Amino acid sequence: MPAPTGITRATLLKDLRLEWRSKDAINSMLFFSLLVVVVFSFSFDPNAEESRRIAGGLIWVAFLFAAVVALNQTWARELRNQVLDAYRVSPAPANSLFLAKAIGNFIFVSVLEALMTPLFIIFYQLRALGPAWQLLIVAALGTWALVVNGTFFAAMSLRTRSREIMLPLLLFPISIPAILGMVQATTAILTGEGARVWIALLLSYDLVFTTACLLLFETVLNAE
Amino acid sequence: MTETTPVVAVSNLIKQFGRFAALRGVSAEFSSGKLYGILGDNGAGKTTLLRTLAGLTRPTSGQVTILGAQKFHDVCHQVGYMAHPSLLYDEMSGLENLAYFAHLYGITDASRCAEAIRAVGLDPGLTRPVGQYSQGMRQRMSLARALLNDPKILLLDEPFSNVDAHSATDMVRLLTHIRDAGKTIFVVTHQAALLEGAADEFVWMQDGLIIGRIHGLKPPEGTD
Repeated sequence: MPAPTGITRATLLKDLRLEWRSKDAINSMLFFSLLVVVVFSFSFDPNAEESRRIAGGLIWVAFLFAAVVALNQTWARELRNQVLDAYRVSPAPANSLFLAKAIGNFIFVSVLEALMTPLFIIFYQLRALGPAWQLLIVAALGTWALVVNGTFFAAMSLRTRSREIMLPLLLFPISIPAILGMVQATTAILTGEGARVWIALLLSYDLVFTTACLLLFETVLNAE
Repeated sequence: MTETTPVVAVSNLIKQFGRFAALRGVSAEFSSGKLYGILGDNGAGKTTLLRTLAGLTRPTSGQVTILGAQKFHDVCHQVGYMAHPSLLYDEMSGLENLAYFAHLYGITDASRCAEAIRAVGLDPGLTRPVGQYSQGMRQRMSLARALLNDPKILLLDEPFSNVDAHSATDMVRLLTHIRDAGKTIFVVTHQAALLEGAADEFVWMQDGLIIGRIHGLKPPEGTD
């Protein structure tokens, strides 16, 4: 039997290689979130204090919508030439595929965040009054919350006719607690308030939904 | 398993897609070391039967036994499946594709991928992506992928479509060698003439049923 970690690694490397060659996800995400930053900066003209209050919401809304672009791409390449069937007939465990896809999406969205955050800081003249290093924890937990559910629901909507519409319809409602946690934690850190409760909420959300997705993914993968 | 035990047995297999019955109570046994040509018109149920044997389609009712197991996953490492689409990533080379699929089967011997590619008459050193291959080359690479795990049972759906006559003859010769090595091969095809003299038995299907099993190519009486 093949080792699950080896398959996760091989699938992740394969996805990174495919993305490096096609740049399907990263280009669309980048242009989309760049547009959001620019459009928002023209729409609002906040002072420093207002920026701290609204930036959390703006940043995460931009990342959420951009992530959906990447999430739709994740499974699209498995549908071309029906490659997913080759995985399904192999002895490789379903969860190895799921984890590889989720980690891959985590990397893509993290790259996007790393590129876009400096732009947000410049456009909105942001300076955190609280411990800025906590933003890294919020970013990691929040991004995982988005991609773990997004990867799962993108797989679920794979065989539906209008899957690109279906994904946000499934993903956004279930992500509300996580979005609330991300936005509130980011705002709390920027304004110098405590973010511990929101970080704890994000952590719990990640644990619950990662477990649920791992338990259910095999059923989703083999559904007809 | 004893000599007389069939390697594949299906019993009263029914598969319905909504109100349409693709398989309507198929029962049959297939012996080891034989090459079976599965023939019939479009919509006869050939591909559905093959996908059911490959564990990709769950029967509505009935039973499939492969190599003594009723769960496909228990024997999937001993089965090779080639579908009408290539089941390959267009952006990667043939060798890169096979190296990835080798991981899924826990194959650590790197030379195995090159061997499988050579076996189908292609050059493992070919660096251009599969998307730039001719249709015939893609079909052969797809066969190489199905052979990668040295399967006891090979399920091939339209392996000769879009392949030139010379390459198709080479593929039949390869399949004959594989059969002579004791493997069981099922070939769904509309190009039955290619298998004449090579196939041990032709299985004729019509309207979701097996209507005849004969050694020659003459369709059984009552065929439309």
